Amino acid sequence: MTLAELICPAGTPAALRTAVEAGADAVYCGFQNATNARNFPGLNFTPDELAEAVAHAHRHGTKVLLALNTYPPAGKFDLWRDAADLGARLGVDAMIVADMGVADYIARHHPQMRLHLSVQAAASSPEAIRYYCEHFGVKRVVLPRILTIPEIRQIRTEIPCEIETFIFGNHGLMVEGRCSLTNYLTGQSTNMDGVCSPASDVEYIRSADGSMASRLAGFTIDTFGPQEMAGYPTICKGRYIAPSQPDGYYAFEEPVSLNLSRLLPELIDAGVHAFKIEGRQRSKSYVRNVVRAFRQAVDDIRAGRHANMADLIALTEGQKQTQGAFETKKWR
Amino acid sequence: MSFAATPVSAPKIGGKLASRLACVIVQPILTRLVHKIAHQHPSLFARLGGHQATDYLIDPVDLPFALHLRPDPTALILRAVPRDTPPQANAVIRGRFMLLLELVDSETDGDAAFFSRALDISGDTEAVVRLRNALDDMDGSVVEETANMFGPAGRAILARLRRSYAQGAKGFGAR
Amino acid sequence: MTKLTLGPVAYHWSADMRRDFYARIADEAPIDDVYLGEVICSKRAPFQDHDLPATIERLQRAGKTVVISTLAEVMLKRERTATSDLAQMDSAEIEVNNAAGLYARGQRPHRVGPFMNAYNEATIAWMAGQGATHICLPPELPAPSIAIAAQTAQALGLGVEVQVFGRVSLAVSARCYHARAHGRSKDNCQFVCENDPDGMPLRTRDDAPILRVNGIQTQSESYLSLLPETTPLAADGVSHLRLMPQMVDMVAVAGLFRAVLDQHLPLTEAEHRLKTLCPDTGFSNGFYHGQAGYRRIANALTA
Repeated sequence: MTLAELICPAGTPAALRTAVEAGADAVYCGFQNATNARNFPGLNFTPDELAEAVAHAHRHGTKVLLALNTYPPAGKFDLWRDAADLGARLGVDAMIVADMGVADYIARHHPQMRLHLSVQAAASSPEAIRYYCEHFGVKRVVLPRILTIPEIRQIRTEIPCEIETFIFGNHGLMVEGRCSLTNYLTGQSTNMDGVCSPASDVEYIRSADGSMASRLAGFTIDTFGPQEMAGYPTICKGRYIAPSQPDGYYAFEEPVSLNLSRLLPELIDAGVHAFKIEGRQRSKSYVRNVVRAFRQAVDDIRAGRHANMADLIALTEGQKQTQGAFETKKWR
Repeated sequence: MSFAATPVSAPKIGGKLASRLACVIVQPILTRLVHKIAHQHPSLFARLGGHQATDYLIDPVDLPFALHLRPDPTALILRAVPRDTPPQANAVIRGRFMLLLELVDSETDGDAAFFSRALDISGDTEAVVRLRNALDDMDGSVVEETANMFGPAGRAILARLRRSYAQGAKGFGAR
Repeated sequence: MTKLTLGPVAYHWSADMRRDFYARIADEAPIDDVYLGEVICSKRAPFQDHDLPATIERLQRAGKTVVISTLAEVMLKRERTATSDLAQMDSAEIEVNNAAGLYARGQRPHRVGPFMNAYNEATIAWMAGQGATHICLPPELPAPSIAIAAQTAQALGLGVEVQVFGRVSLAVSARCYHARAHGRSKDNCQFVCENDPDGMPLRTRDDAPILRVNGIQTQSESYLSLLPETTPLAADGVSHLRLMPQMVDMVAVAGLFRAVLDQHLPLTEAEHRLKTLCPDTGFSNGFYHGQAGYRRIANALTA
């Protein structure tokens, strides 16, 4: 097992090839349906595309992880079951799951398949992680972005599986897999449909003075002045008015991206096995630049050199970056 | 490194007549271009899903005209239209010409351009996202292919465009 | 017969408020099961511990089944300890809201709480095999899925519960948004959430009410009301209907739901009275009807 594997996003076959070329150890991707948490318009893989992608990745020594990380609503379990069967037939290297029913199905019907526990399962304690390891044979947990490095180090000593942490991209604020904010406003569910602020409900309204309002299903999520950096129209990155904040404030989090490039050595030292880059919805350009930069950094660290990271600020949301919870408990 | 968030607005270039003339001159090129792309990248249309019949207005603010795109594989439209009398569009994508070209080739990240306010979108957001994802799945460079259609002259024009854009937006896209 | 339950108080109510509240519930409310315990914030739990035995005793004396609910978010040492301590209880009536609780409980009987994401047949069957006796479904599940989940649960001999009243939990976080609104961190919150016993309102910048903040939890602005849907829910095999405590006359609210279930009161009259009991808050039922959760689908059943 290699330490500090680089796990990279692939929203399309072209992005997958880009990630492979840029030095990904593994890519993660999903089918064009609700079975994965980035079920966005025009994104993801047909079965034929995934078959080709697996062949391409394996030719280059890169693993393919299939995201099956949403929660099937009762009556629709077949879609997830079929996706798991298909993924196994196409020879993916692991499946990333959140739902206990899906995990149990794969563990029983595809016992050779390696299971990773998705961040969508929100396993944030050694006990929760052990539950999935002992019952479903989970080999790796993707940790929620809410733990400090000392906490990760402690968890490592108490669980029987590998740890994967996010190092770059969307800075998730809500406990993943427990968020119905999008469904509350749009009628499409993050857990059941794999969407978050679906584009079909997003509207950007420009005023004559150059300011812009972003709306979701008719609700104003944020307004940006003409010179102000913008973010995604997600509810948890919106600006609202509270009794103690009459002028409006970022009630949950401001538009900002996670960037842990400076913490990589500490994370490796804490026992993190794999680094995940968020962004299956992003372009090839993003994949190329971010993967390349982190490939270089990880290689430098492995060789005992100081890691010289390329500047990625232009690719971050709101052109701001944070080390979030990884740096300090005060984040909470 | 910083990239100033200049609001995207249309500079005044030429008069109405000049704009119409430009449309007439550029149209044969556009027609050839779009059919070539469609021929070489048929998978593009699958990713567009229901938005093959969507009317897009692509507005390069520093050119004398805008573009009307309807990516219908059976009746493909890409035509130059005067900016002052654009056709009805379901979605509008606005930015500097070279930025739009870089987005087509995925040399620049669309979300990043949007965060920085260099790219402006309005109308049907899903239509824009689908088009973006469809284009992003194309290998190779549409821009280079286009330039090559016109031989050395085309490549020279492209090189000049890139230079002038790079001076205007230094370092953007972390390339 | 379909049972009415009272979910755990989501807010940081003072000890006095809680005592008075549960005394009235014990004496007057037509409620069968009462869930107690702190589900949202581990920092608040010590404030309840002192009165908890007396409250349990009071409710049990009144003939209620008392269930202790565990934390939804388990990360810190104190949260892990609190969860495993509760899981060691001999009583069968513990509602688990986090996989850490499931781990600690093992095969011993337990209820599965609404934060456990029991979305489908396969998951419910799995949980039943691990000792679950009762499942509370996630609030965003639409009617057709509720019906299938209820059938599955029933066939396995499990109770199945759906929230029918009160603000809906839409998200939980590691960060405390109450503290953030007052420029504090979670560790230094000074329990500012106590000032908002029905949640802290958030409005959009163009003044539309949108969400409520309750510590680490984000809730719906509207109260869920599935009063018109109680009959189909019961017919689909849902055995327990959950009312979430809000700052309204919960005894009267419970009375209305009981009356509609027992067909002692016409629905239109019951809806009118419910509106009178909750004059300041809109109702929603969108999730049940597969639409945006905040929506109120009127006359959905006669349409």
